[in-house]
Amino acid sequence: MAMDEIVDGLSEVSCDVLVIGGGTAGPMAALKAKMKNPKANVVLLEKANVKRSGAISMGMDGLNNAVIPGYATPEQYTKEITIANDGIVDQKAVYKYAQSCYSIIEELDGFGIRFLKNENGDYAVKKVHHIGTYVLPMPNGETVKKALYRQLRRARILISNRYMATRLLKSSDGRIAGAISVNTRTAEFLVIKAKAVILCMGAAGRLGLPTSGYMFGTYENAANSGDGYAMAYHAGAALANLECFQINPLIKDYNGPACAYVAGPYGAYTANNEDRRFIECDYWSGQMMLEFYNELLSGKGPVFLQLKHLHDKTIEEIEQTLHKVERPTRGLFQEGRGVDYRKESIEMHISEIGFCSGHSASGVFVDDNARTTVPGLYAAGDMASVPHNYMLGAFTNGSFAGLDAMDFADNHDFGDIDAAEVARERERVLAPTRREDGIPPNQIEYKTRRLVNDYLQPPKVTRKYELGMRRLAEVRDDMQERMIARNAHELLRALEVQSIMDCADMATHASLFREESRWGLYHWRTDFPEKDDENWFCHTLLSKQDGRMTSEKRAVQPYVVPIADDEKDLYDKQRIRASA
Amino acid sequence: MPLATHQTSVPVVVDDAKCIADKGCTVCVDVCPLDVLRISDMTGKAYMAYDECWYCMPCEADCPTGAVTVNIPYLLR
Repeated sequence: MAMDEIVDGLSEVSCDVLVIGGGTAGPMAALKAKMKNPKANVVLLEKANVKRSGAISMGMDGLNNAVIPGYATPEQYTKEITIANDGIVDQKAVYKYAQSCYSIIEELDGFGIRFLKNENGDYAVKKVHHIGTYVLPMPNGETVKKALYRQLRRARILISNRYMATRLLKSSDGRIAGAISVNTRTAEFLVIKAKAVILCMGAAGRLGLPTSGYMFGTYENAANSGDGYAMAYHAGAALANLECFQINPLIKDYNGPACAYVAGPYGAYTANNEDRRFIECDYWSGQMMLEFYNELLSGKGPVFLQLKHLHDKTIEEIEQTLHKVERPTRGLFQEGRGVDYRKESIEMHISEIGFCSGHSASGVFVDDNARTTVPGLYAAGDMASVPHNYMLGAFTNGSFAGLDAMDFADNHDFGDIDAAEVARERERVLAPTRREDGIPPNQIEYKTRRLVNDYLQPPKVTRKYELGMRRLAEVRDDMQERMIARNAHELLRALEVQSIMDCADMATHASLFREESRWGLYHWRTDFPEKDDENWFCHTLLSKQDGRMTSEKRAVQPYVVPIADDEKDLYDKQRIRASA
Repeated sequence: MPLATHQTSVPVVVDDAKCIADKGCTVCVDVCPLDVLRISDMTGKAYMAYDECWYCMPCEADCPTGAVTVNIPYLLR
């Protein structure tokens, strides 16, 4: 039988803890769950292959948020992240991360993942943020996935590659009961009954269309199509602050990080076409992105990453990291353009929009134990709401999720599964394969994402959003009534575009709900241009209630680390003042 | 509605002389995050079947014979 040929089939398995997504948070969640109860069955389900999946498929060039004793304190870090997020932070989860992440670094070090150390053998932490020092380079960061995979094999985690989860299953009492998945190469179904489920499915990174026009040339790993956001939504879980979009500064056209976090500590900086700095701090915040955006449009664009003033040896060291780990084709790209960092600056641009708490704050709502609002359902990594997680946050919060989920599984039996629901889901998934004639998923996807760019990209204009909603609804009708999938691979893309469409709808709904401007460029609403602390100093939670998309306010929980009044606006003052 | 076959130049190139897929190797097909590589029925060698590439490199890095080259997709180049 040829690969991608559609096969009729359905099997059922059960496990104690099901982890969906084998990128960064997922493997750690699975490991911690299994270590907690070695007798339990832990299944790790992955749409691609755990060996090379997720945002760190080729590794990572550094930790962006390492709270290492002697360099930073959990209090300082919590304060910094709170200020960088305009105060809309439940500090408990951030503080818990900050307290625990050092032990995770040591654990990763024990796995054989290497971090930069100085002559004394201490971690060589660098300063990029406004206040504290948290950036730890990983010159050998290409080893991350291999090291994780070894641990998974050793712990006997059951790995199922090339299965895409499509919907979560809930028991009649409202708690989680498992998930339905489909093989991406045969379209056979696998129903997994589980006592607890952890979602680690990454960002919604295929939401906007990159300016290159290449659909898979996204900032995020293009496999991260927002499936976790969509699944959590359909299961009735709440999603937090989705209007706080992710938009990143990056190498123009290449669409990968430039990367100021790596090069900044060596003396590189972001400059305009006059070779001048215009932002105080290269740490990614909404306010920084707004200044970046303004500069691009001001006549002083393009914006560049400036390296050419640095010593040859320094540039060589930066190239070693930038061209070897995380996105190794970065060097190839620059070579193709004939850009030598010694002679020329790197042209930068801003990314398409997406959801990602890894860099911003938009994710499935979780508490400090990675619990969502559905009992037995957890989320961690780029798709969960703990802000500015990055890779270390994915590992650390993944660890919290694994431990608590195993606890839940130890104290609950399997929930009941409704066979009719499984049958309905199967029909929904296979619908595009039943049609003789129609529109292929790539056209549905292109149109959806082009509309996202045209109507949803900030600045957010109410009138544009209303038009965007109408256009997207038309494409949704086509997607539901006319989309075709002629083989299993095309069915995978057809399922992904349904996640993308759900995310586009959620981005619209959440953005229209918050009637103020906040987080700089991420939520700049021209009809409500000011920050309105009196009415909107709160989270927003979006969820599906009685089949309808609903948004509500949620109070910011009392701070663990108090913020003084004169510290609150530190991240607002990003633009360098013109000197007299 | 009739469908057209759309032509694109693909970023991943496989050197047939070095590729050992005909001897049972499936490494590049296994690791690709976007699942865009396949083994050709005609040649028995790996090739890029779908132009949906994140130019991330596992296929090139993990190939045991150095047969795979990842180029930057033309639209970005």
